[in-house]
Amino acid sequence: MKFEPSLIRFEELLPGGWNCSHVLKRGTALRLTDLEGGANVSALFYNAHNSQERYNMPDTLKAQFISRIGKGNVCYSDMGRVLVSVIDDSCGWHDTISGVSNAATNRRNYGERGYQEARNGYYRNGHDSLLLELSKYGMGKRDLTATVNFFTRIVVDEDGKLSFDGTNSVAGSHVDIQAEMDTLVVLCSCPHPMDPRPEYAPGPVRLTVWDSGVAPKENSCRSFCPQNERGFINTARYHL
Amino acid sequence: MNISTLQESPLEPAAAIYRTVLPAGEPWIKLIKKGQTFRIVDLEGNQAVDTLFYNAHDYSERYSAMDTIREQGNVYLTTGSRLLSSDGNTMLVITADTCGRHDTIGGGCSAESNSVRYPLEKRYMHNCRDIFMQGLLQWGGGMDKREITSNINFFMNVPISPEGTLTFADGISEPGKYVEMRAEMDVICLISNCPQLNNPCNAYNPTPVSLLIWD
Repeated sequence: MKFEPSLIRFEELLPGGWNCSHVLKRGTALRLTDLEGGANVSALFYNAHNSQERYNMPDTLKAQFISRIGKGNVCYSDMGRVLVSVIDDSCGWHDTISGVSNAATNRRNYGERGYQEARNGYYRNGHDSLLLELSKYGMGKRDLTATVNFFTRIVVDEDGKLSFDGTNSVAGSHVDIQAEMDTLVVLCSCPHPMDPRPEYAPGPVRLTVWDSGVAPKENSCRSFCPQNERGFINTARYHL
Repeated sequence: MNISTLQESPLEPAAAIYRTVLPAGEPWIKLIKKGQTFRIVDLEGNQAVDTLFYNAHDYSERYSAMDTIREQGNVYLTTGSRLLSSDGNTMLVITADTCGRHDTIGGGCSAESNSVRYPLEKRYMHNCRDIFMQGLLQWGGGMDKREITSNINFFMNVPISPEGTLTFADGISEPGKYVEMRAEMDVICLISNCPQLNNPCNAYNPTPVSLLIWD
């Protein structure tokens, strides 16, 4: 289904540098909007009813012969099923391979700033923020796997060398992630550790949950490749 | 492709304290102590050796493909690559490599991913996740499926293009090529010697590898 305002269930502002989670029900979608441009949203996905089933980066990439996520792609669980599909995307490139910031990368990039000094503007990092959010569901370090880094583009050249593309996401960029299974979505808006901007200034993101339905018999995610057709068959069988 | 990093090792196999041949389709799990050097030899060429590492004293700290890739600024592993943990610590350093490039994006195969990548009925074939699980169950200590994270595929060639595509290319390894690494902490090494029969990258022919450890 195409997004329109009458389908919105709720909206929330995720300030830059924060973490949150939501059980995205099958048939609803989460729209992420990069309000100022240059945001990074690191995401993890789990089966809401059995968190041992979770987003699997390699299975997602090799099924679709991709190294990044964009419109028409899906995120596979380690059980061969589609957790979420990317039904719309004005940005075009979301990183899958470069992980999140941690205390050491924050120190290297920005130095340190604690709560006493900066109140809620203190420097937060992706690793610790995601662990905090996972802990609310009884999960921990063993559950912190590869993230999708929405709005971030890391270019890989012919020799495998990485570089950060600072022009990937402009203000107002959005991506719609549709739940094909009830999916625990864990998010964090800390800056990407390869972002060269010298200031710690993570961008805010609007979260919009809306009634999207599930993937119809024919859509661009199913038809992206025969592998996805089979992934959706596995997903349909799970719900029988 | 940049293969200027080819590096041979001065270590003599005769001086190794441990030496075994691991057939395809079998798990291997072993403690490698800090300071020891570990070598994997691709005996017949283009075999994928799916490998994971854990801190031997706290297995919640484990090899992290993402941190390794980002901190070295390159998606491929070769001589000089520091294999980083999920806590950002160096677990091992690759000290020799006569192959030139190893994958850490492509992950391991499973019954379930086989059913997606190949016809649905390919679910019922021996696969790396089952082999990893056999190894973890042997080891015990409460290790379970959550331990199976993004692994290294030694000797496998999975090129990524600047346009964001990924391919399983013909292998660049040959009989006798090896990769060697020095442990910077006590690690548990878990290997599945890949049994995949549906992928042309190993010429549909999984083969044994040799594993050696030096003090």
